[in-house]
Amino acid sequence: MKRARVAYAGAVHAATEFEGRVRLADGRVLDESQVVWLPPIQPRTIFAVGLNYADHAKELAFGAQKAPLVFLKGANTIAGHRAKTWRPGDAAYMHYECELAVVIGRYGRKIPRDQAYDYVAGYTVANDYAIRDYLENYYRPNLRVKNRDGATLLGPWLVDAADVPNPMNLDLRTSINGKQTQKGSTRDMIFDVPFLIEYLSEFMTLAPGDIILTGTPEGVVDVQPGDEVVTEVDGIGRLTNFLIGDDAFASQARA
Amino acid sequence: MSIALARLRGSAPLRRVEIDPAGRVQLDGQWRAGAEIAWDVPTSGGVYGTLHNFRGALEALGNAIHEPPYVAPPKAPVLYVKPANTWIGYGSAIPVPAGVPALRMGGTVGIVIGRAASRVSEAQALSFIGGYTVVNDVSVPHDNFYRPAIREKCRDGFCPIGPWVLAAEHVKDPAALTVRTLVNGKLQLEKSLGELVRSIPRLIADVTAFMTLAEGDVLLPAVSETGPLASAGDTVAIEVAGVGRLENPLVNQAEVIAGELR
Repeated sequence: MKRARVAYAGAVHAATEFEGRVRLADGRVLDESQVVWLPPIQPRTIFAVGLNYADHAKELAFGAQKAPLVFLKGANTIAGHRAKTWRPGDAAYMHYECELAVVIGRYGRKIPRDQAYDYVAGYTVANDYAIRDYLENYYRPNLRVKNRDGATLLGPWLVDAADVPNPMNLDLRTSINGKQTQKGSTRDMIFDVPFLIEYLSEFMTLAPGDIILTGTPEGVVDVQPGDEVVTEVDGIGRLTNFLIGDDAFASQARA
Repeated sequence: MSIALARLRGSAPLRRVEIDPAGRVQLDGQWRAGAEIAWDVPTSGGVYGTLHNFRGALEALGNAIHEPPYVAPPKAPVLYVKPANTWIGYGSAIPVPAGVPALRMGGTVGIVIGRAASRVSEAQALSFIGGYTVVNDVSVPHDNFYRPAIREKCRDGFCPIGPWVLAAEHVKDPAALTVRTLVNGKLQLEKSLGELVRSIPRLIADVTAFMTLAEGDVLLPAVSETGPLASAGDTVAIEVAGVGRLENPLVNQAEVIAGELR
């Protein structure tokens, strides 16, 4: 089953996918443009993995990692399908990252690799923007690069784990204004989903609502205000985001 | 008499408590010693720490900050997240992982945000603070700050918080607060929040320039990267005069379940 959280007619609703449309729990079926898409879960701890595809690590001039590069995010950075994300005018290089996101469904510590999938509730698509201008070499990637308001998109759907027989063999891709710019497969991850669950749960407790963004393959490019960026993982979803510039942002802001 | 918000174990809602200068607490009309009460974590928002914000911390790295991997001193505040699995309340056990001889204590004040703070000015920053609590940002000792220190800072029980959140009105100037770290009752470190690279208002302005702090989020303005070490069997207390006193025992992880003794 594909589940979503949407706002419609003044209330927040649990929804499911129905023939490509959105079915509210009360049975009403709506077009995707009729609802406001919220992130499909309200995450507890948000993990992200950097440099987890050999080609992307090479693209960024890093060698292979011995242990995963893991960083954390805060609730401020999460937004849903069809969100508008601010691209600051002073930045020269802001890029998307299309990622498979794994949602934890059960409390667990020291989870062995061969049981890791038992702890997964489902999967969604993430677009984990970075603004490289702000990279600094302390606790890198630092939060100013990776934890900006509304710059980590999740959605549209949370797909039940039972409906994803092999999450390690999914094609993923990104397009800007309809033109494909990134392409890869989850089978090329350096540290796969069972490894990441085993690794993290070895030193910290995982709990329902924790989410792991598993990294992105090569093919990241700069985005501009006005762009429509679609990140897609086969069988999981197609996540749309719109970039807005300083003008659109500032014209709505009041001190 | 001061007003604070607190949460008792086994009773989920935050409640208002009165505190006297001796640390006694009025609960349901009765005065009790604060240490007698089973406190739970008094906050529920995100917890963000700030690296190298005590004066001298960056300088202590010497020339290394100009060499790889750092290359240059940081320009913006360097933050890190203390995730939900790290939060424990007053009196709960800090688990000491197997094979780690000692943990570094990171006594500090938790600034609890009172209303959503986004792109706030330094001049207005203090008005966004809802209260203050006491925090111990525990780490496995580490001296490399290049990659996020998840394995070192995000283990279960590595962020005691409490006992309560004191209402902001009782703290005229947070720069006048002093954090004392005691191990087994012996004072090991005393740091003033007047000794910051970025003052608290400046830090709030610089952080909210790139991320919104929500009501209930907790910002740790500075933690000593060379704080005292403590081991299983020790008891650590963080004292912030005028805010509160946070005490937790350190216990071998094998003997702890979710902050409680097995």
